[in-house]
Amino acid sequence: MDLLQFARGPALTWAATVFMFGITWRLVGILLLKRSPDFSEARNATSWLGAVKLIITRSWPRREFRQRTLFAQSLGYIFHVGLVIILFGFAPHILFFKALTGLGWPNLPSAFIQLTSGITLAALIVVLVRRLSHPVLRLLSNFDDYFSWLVTFTPVATGMLAVAHFGARYETLLAIHLLSVALLLVWFPFGKLMHSALIFISRGTTGALFERKGASI
Amino acid sequence: MNESDTLGASLVRSGVSRRSFLKFCTAMASLMALPPGAAYAMADALSRAQRQSVIWLSFQECTGCVESLTRSFDPTLEQMIFEMISLDYQETLQAASGEAAELARVEAMKSSYGKYLLIVDGSIPTKDGGVYSTVAGVSNYDRLIEMAKGAAAIVAVGTCSSYGGIPHANPNPTGAVSVSDIIKDKPVMNVPGCPPIPSVIAGTLAYFVTYGKLPELDHIGRPKVFYADTIHDRCYRRPFYDQGKFAKTFDDEGARNGWCLYELGCKGPTTYNACATIKWNGGVSYPIESGHGCLGCSEPNFWDNGSFYRPLSTPLASNTHIIAAGTLGGIAAGVVAAGLSRKHQTHIGEEK
Repeated sequence: MDLLQFARGPALTWAATVFMFGITWRLVGILLLKRSPDFSEARNATSWLGAVKLIITRSWPRREFRQRTLFAQSLGYIFHVGLVIILFGFAPHILFFKALTGLGWPNLPSAFIQLTSGITLAALIVVLVRRLSHPVLRLLSNFDDYFSWLVTFTPVATGMLAVAHFGARYETLLAIHLLSVALLLVWFPFGKLMHSALIFISRGTTGALFERKGASI
Repeated sequence: MNESDTLGASLVRSGVSRRSFLKFCTAMASLMALPPGAAYAMADALSRAQRQSVIWLSFQECTGCVESLTRSFDPTLEQMIFEMISLDYQETLQAASGEAAELARVEAMKSSYGKYLLIVDGSIPTKDGGVYSTVAGVSNYDRLIEMAKGAAAIVAVGTCSSYGGIPHANPNPTGAVSVSDIIKDKPVMNVPGCPPIPSVIAGTLAYFVTYGKLPELDHIGRPKVFYADTIHDRCYRRPFYDQGKFAKTFDDEGARNGWCLYELGCKGPTTYNACATIKWNGGVSYPIESGHGCLGCSEPNFWDNGSFYRPLSTPLASNTHIIAAGTLGGIAAGVVAAGLSRKHQTHIGEEK
């Protein structure tokens, strides 16, 4: 079995299995947690509207803090949107999802994906530099932050190299790319990357609570 | 050296003109990306050389490699090859059979001991004493050991002799191995492909006759002049790959427009061969040009690399049952964890 066979075979299968195990374990565990009883009288009949409202409002910088947070939030948006475009717009990735789920959709031009990848990588590097150079951020950061950054950065970088056939033979680059994706999948449920699954749940829960209490959102 | 034994004299006797001979040498030099002057050097060397004795052994194979060589697209080139070498033993092509054929092999071995070029097509079965393929009652393994001793070099033609090929595919019931798995003390060159391109076989033979050595090889023993680039790198459909235009089925509009076959499982990006440049049938076409993705037939273990129609970026197998089991396990673990948490919270509440 060569490296590419290993990457496309056992590595991806077991990484996907660990990923699904971890995701469902954490989500089911959190969603089934016992809630504290709320004896107060509800200010609004429904709370779901507050959940949606808070998800939207918290995704945008508040006016009072805009000056201070605009740069960091813009960076965050650039690489998050970039990652979504790369993940769901590149033809080989769509084929990957189609092989797993049977669902497919039209792809974006490869050149556009390469451009997006370049911008995403640049944004990720700036994010890291900022984390390392900002005294407060540096103090708040731990292994989870840096490792999560690494397993996000590596698939994008190796994917770009594989598409460009640059640095090594294509099969080697593709195998390294797939192995980096496998590492991402294994780490995803157990590190801070899990925020992508929990962020809307936590914001929605807070929004629903605020709505029930009649708080301003 | 007797002047009448030279290749040049042989060509004159056969009525091959100097012009045709130079054209052949130029074509061969061009194929192997040699400098312009090499064509004249090749012509000079070949015309003064004695015809190279070649012994061709066929082992566990389908004769496709020999078929490929005999269908060499240019008759003049093919004629040149047969004039350039002395094919002293080849079971399919030779007129002799039975004991007469074996006698020819022994004679050729004796007369050119240490000088002949040994060509092998087919893998070598090693299981159960190599009983699964024998010629004249001798196992392929024993015959290879015997013939390799007197060879100047060995050329493994086809994927079977180069890497084991289809007989080597899982579960490999005959214990098939390649030539280089057995022979360690002789230079071995692999010319893989199922079958290899005729011009590639001819080109490597011409190089050996001209320079008396094998050309530069890559890390798995292939001549770099023919196997340095992937088919994808040289494919005329590559611009469509870069543009993200892919055929979704073999008869959709994309396929009719000649778009990239990556989504249909083409193995061009991981296959090193000259199909896209030299092509087949007189340079007319090659599999991708005919509308089918590359199978990767010149790569080791190509038969075990998953479906021919599964794109390279997808997992080798679905294995959804393993992933589903992981998902169910995760749900169960989540339920247990939540249950324990609730029990713990209740316990704390009771204590209060």
